[in-house]
Amino acid sequence: MIQVEGLTKKYARHVAVNNISFSVDKGDIVGFLGPNGAGKTTTMRILTCFMPPTEGKATVAGFDVFEQPFEVKKHIGYLPENPPLYPEMNVRDYLTFVARLKNIPASQVKSRTEEVMERCAVADVKTKLISKLSKGYRQRVGLAQAIIHNPDVLILDEPTSGLDPKQRTETRSLIQNLAGEHTIILSTHILPEVEAVCRKVIIINKGRLVATDSVESLKTRTGVGNAVQIQVETNGQASATAVQQRLEQVAGVKKVLDRGIAGDGFVFEVESQPGRNTRGDLARAVVHAGWNLLELKSPYTLEEVYLALTDSAEESAAVPAGGVQ
Amino acid sequence: MRNIWTICRRELYAYFVSPIAWVLLTIFALLSGVFTYDMAALFVRAGFESQMQGQSFPMNINEQVLAPLLSNISVVGLFLIPLISMRLFAEEKRQGTIELLATSPVHDSEIVIGKWLSAVLMYGALLVVLLADVSFLFLYGNPDWRPFFTGFFGVFLQGACILALGTFISSLTKNQIVAAAIGFGLALFLWILSWSTAFGSSTTVQVLNYLSIISHQDTFTRGVIDTKDLVYYLSMIFLGLFLTLRSLESLRWRAA
Repeated sequence: MIQVEGLTKKYARHVAVNNISFSVDKGDIVGFLGPNGAGKTTTMRILTCFMPPTEGKATVAGFDVFEQPFEVKKHIGYLPENPPLYPEMNVRDYLTFVARLKNIPASQVKSRTEEVMERCAVADVKTKLISKLSKGYRQRVGLAQAIIHNPDVLILDEPTSGLDPKQRTETRSLIQNLAGEHTIILSTHILPEVEAVCRKVIIINKGRLVATDSVESLKTRTGVGNAVQIQVETNGQASATAVQQRLEQVAGVKKVLDRGIAGDGFVFEVESQPGRNTRGDLARAVVHAGWNLLELKSPYTLEEVYLALTDSAEESAAVPAGGVQ
Repeated sequence: MRNIWTICRRELYAYFVSPIAWVLLTIFALLSGVFTYDMAALFVRAGFESQMQGQSFPMNINEQVLAPLLSNISVVGLFLIPLISMRLFAEEKRQGTIELLATSPVHDSEIVIGKWLSAVLMYGALLVVLLADVSFLFLYGNPDWRPFFTGFFGVFLQGACILALGTFISSLTKNQIVAAAIGFGLALFLWILSWSTAFGSSTTVQVLNYLSIISHQDTFTRGVIDTKDLVYYLSMIFLGLFLTLRSLESLRWRAA
């Protein structure tokens, strides 16, 4: 659905996006990750034809963003970081205007407007002025604006920034509901959000592509995916050392670290050999020994993956410079 | 066409839900009312005086009331018009709503024309107030409507022309005050160019006078629609809109 090849955007003084390539399939939800100033917004602005790339090629829904921007714009819904709202308009009038602007046939403008207001849960404020709305409502009106013409591709720039946790959950579930019909790219630096919503991540840092992969395989690739944290309750029948020894016997386990006691159980961190999923065997081992398995989870979040990747990218970028000296 | 109208309609909405339209209408109604009353009162007094002295001066309501009224209104226009055009693009840039327009399936030219058209209609709304004032002269007097019509058309064209330049100025900044200030400056500059006629009639002076926005009003108020003046106004409108279009494009390349 989206193809990006060698995309570069140079400003007068610095390079915002440097030779980025990736592709997004139809129906995917992709998380676009990176620290502030990494080039996320610039990339999104190029994809939405807000500005042209300096070099490289990008196609959306089969149309080139530079050669056929008009076609691309028809197939894209865009929510910029600050929702593009007119404070002096009320919600319904604003969405009606956007519906017309997106070339929705006159006969369907009204029904489409009502539909997206229901869908984005803003129907209860439809006659309110946008300037009087709370941040959460504004964000939802922004989202309504982006989906009003039922675009194939949705590009959302930090859709949950500045929202409180409740609004964030609401917005997130709204985005999840939109998946399936639309191909979605959303940028964020809130990692749990990516884990909750996205199947695939694209990580960029300082204008360069760091990684593009599924969430799971990213964890494996950086090594953190091989570790699990396990919590076992023995009801006084076995010592921590005994449990540790039992776990070490499970096939494929490389190392078991004692992480002390939490609540009613002993906590261990189990590292497996690369490429082996030992979780099932670990659970069985614990249960067969007559102990209670309280918890079995990955101790690492995408947070660590992300930090590992963006840090190592900085190091590897520094290496050639050192080599020249 | 549909897109132009969509844009234009939203702009008119913005004028009339904000105080801008009402403030401008009020100011204009006051000024236009005072001018009309003054001109008419002077004319009536001059009429009485000529009767009392037993001499009959040639009295002409078109020349003595309507023509000076229109020329006053065209000067008032120079001051009010930058206030109409200042927000067109500056506000979109400040609010970030320009991103919505620029990523919607609409051509830049449609955005520019739609916005300019809404400003012209807003200016037209002001001129309707003038028509209401002048209708009393037609009700109680017997002026020739043709020179008034051409003069009115001239004032309207002049406004459309300053609005096109104002649209361009608005596209250069995020700040409405800056847009208005530059607009005033340019309007005044184009006006005082006509003062150069005081320095003789060399070719330079003639060129400067031709470029002046107000020197083209006289022929209209005399009831003449001269192609020379039409060409001037239409080409200034074209220039203003063309520059706006270029300015929008450069905005994308710079992506400020």
